[in-house]
Amino acid sequence: MKTRYWTWLGWPLGAVPLACLVLEAASGQLGPDPAEVLVERLGWWALVLLLTCLAMRPAAQLLRVPGLVVWRRTFGLWAFGYVSLHFLAWATLLLGWDPNYLGEELGKRPYIIVGLLGWLAMWPLAATSTRKARRRMGARWGKLHRLVFPAVILGVVHQSWVQKSGYGETLIFALVLAMLLIYRGLKDHRLSNK
Amino acid sequence: MIIRHKDPSEPKSHEITPESVYLKRRELMALGGLAGLFGALPAWAHGFSPVDEDGSRPRWLKDQVAKAREGQPDVDEALTPYKDVTGYNNFYEFGTGKTDPADNAHTLQTDPWTVTVAGEVEKPGDYPLETLLEGLTLEERIYRLRCVEAWSMVIPWVGVPLAALLKKVQPTSKAKYVAFTSLADPEKMPGVKSPFTGIDWPYREGLRLDEAMHSLTLMAVGLYGRTLPNQNGAPFRLVVPWKYGFKSIKSIVRIELTESEPATTWNMLAPGEYGFYANVNPEVDHPRWSQSRERRLPNSFFDPNWVPTRMFNGYEQVASLYKGMDLKRNY
Repeated sequence: MKTRYWTWLGWPLGAVPLACLVLEAASGQLGPDPAEVLVERLGWWALVLLLTCLAMRPAAQLLRVPGLVVWRRTFGLWAFGYVSLHFLAWATLLLGWDPNYLGEELGKRPYIIVGLLGWLAMWPLAATSTRKARRRMGARWGKLHRLVFPAVILGVVHQSWVQKSGYGETLIFALVLAMLLIYRGLKDHRLSNK
Repeated sequence: MIIRHKDPSEPKSHEITPESVYLKRRELMALGGLAGLFGALPAWAHGFSPVDEDGSRPRWLKDQVAKAREGQPDVDEALTPYKDVTGYNNFYEFGTGKTDPADNAHTLQTDPWTVTVAGEVEKPGDYPLETLLEGLTLEERIYRLRCVEAWSMVIPWVGVPLAALLKKVQPTSKAKYVAFTSLADPEKMPGVKSPFTGIDWPYREGLRLDEAMHSLTLMAVGLYGRTLPNQNGAPFRLVVPWKYGFKSIKSIVRIELTESEPATTWNMLAPGEYGFYANVNPEVDHPRWSQSRERRLPNSFFDPNWVPTRMFNGYEQVASLYKGMDLKRNY
């Protein structure tokens, strides 16, 4: 597929939320409990970017802009970056890598485990994100990259579990995810029937 | 130590808690000096110093708040700055975000305000707030506030012991509990209107009568020497310092004395996570997070300012209320 001249724009686009967060943090606009807000926002953006990544192929097909497919990798990698920062900020700023508290959180809080598993599922995807790896792996690459589905499902479950009340946002995440999964399912079905 | 914002030149009681008085004076100067500037730039300034409605409150309430006397107990911990106390709130009627209340609560009409007193009392009725507070001397109480979300603040409230109010309406011998109800106005409160809140409005809370009569239990109408800003539960709210913050119900429109334990909002929503008692207890974790310590606000990226959480939030004088009770079961 021919790469369009504008596709590189995905990289700076994915950096915009991070830049905003850094600016807000530096100017003290994250409020009296900034680390908590930072952790939450990083996680929120990770989920949004991961869903955006999954939406790129449908978008490319529906909008007839094939170049958008390139942004799967861009936003997938950004999502991985945001989840990694989300985890690092949580472990560093909130828990200070205190082994007792880390152990307690990981041992007692299932939603933390769920989030962690989602993040771990993204590691092999990030590691095989280069064109070279894709060429080398051939058909196995596509199979491996289906890991993105458990990752995003775990992400949405993790997000819903963190809420105290008010399921509006979770509902939107779940709805978008469901639509993407259905679209994907229909496409696969059509392909296998051909 | 009393905060009288009207006369900042008056000598402060340095000898009692110099550090917090010093902190407070900075707040007062900031309030006085920047009020005009912020008034000119409300949208931009919102995140830094939420507007309060003190200027538009009724004269009688402002006067009564201004005449507040020093009340016990005191704490010698640093006060949480005014802008954080009034800019970082859980008041789900106005939205679940911490800055939503400061952004949205300006629509709340607090004057006139009527409180319905009902149930097991000799003198039920619809009381104008002014009548309810008539003849009572307000006190300033500096309390720790421990949120169930594991953060905490130190706030100088202005109010009156609930016991003094209850004395006025005379609970009958059948009264065992006090049930409180918040205003729930879908027109003014986006959280009440939202179809996704999951909360069965109006917000409801309750206390056992002996908890309600305890001298620490306060009905607040002000903080930092001013009338309550809307986002802090104006004009009239409960403050129970040894319980998690969600017990301290805001913008109260109804007080009912009951024979049986009243239903309470968070307990109805998630009984496994929030009990009726909700006493601050480092030994009993929230199912999703530890309650053994708390982030004292404000904090920074470099220091989350963790402090150990104390039993009853450090108000051990209430322990006798729960003698013989299993507090792990009655969380």
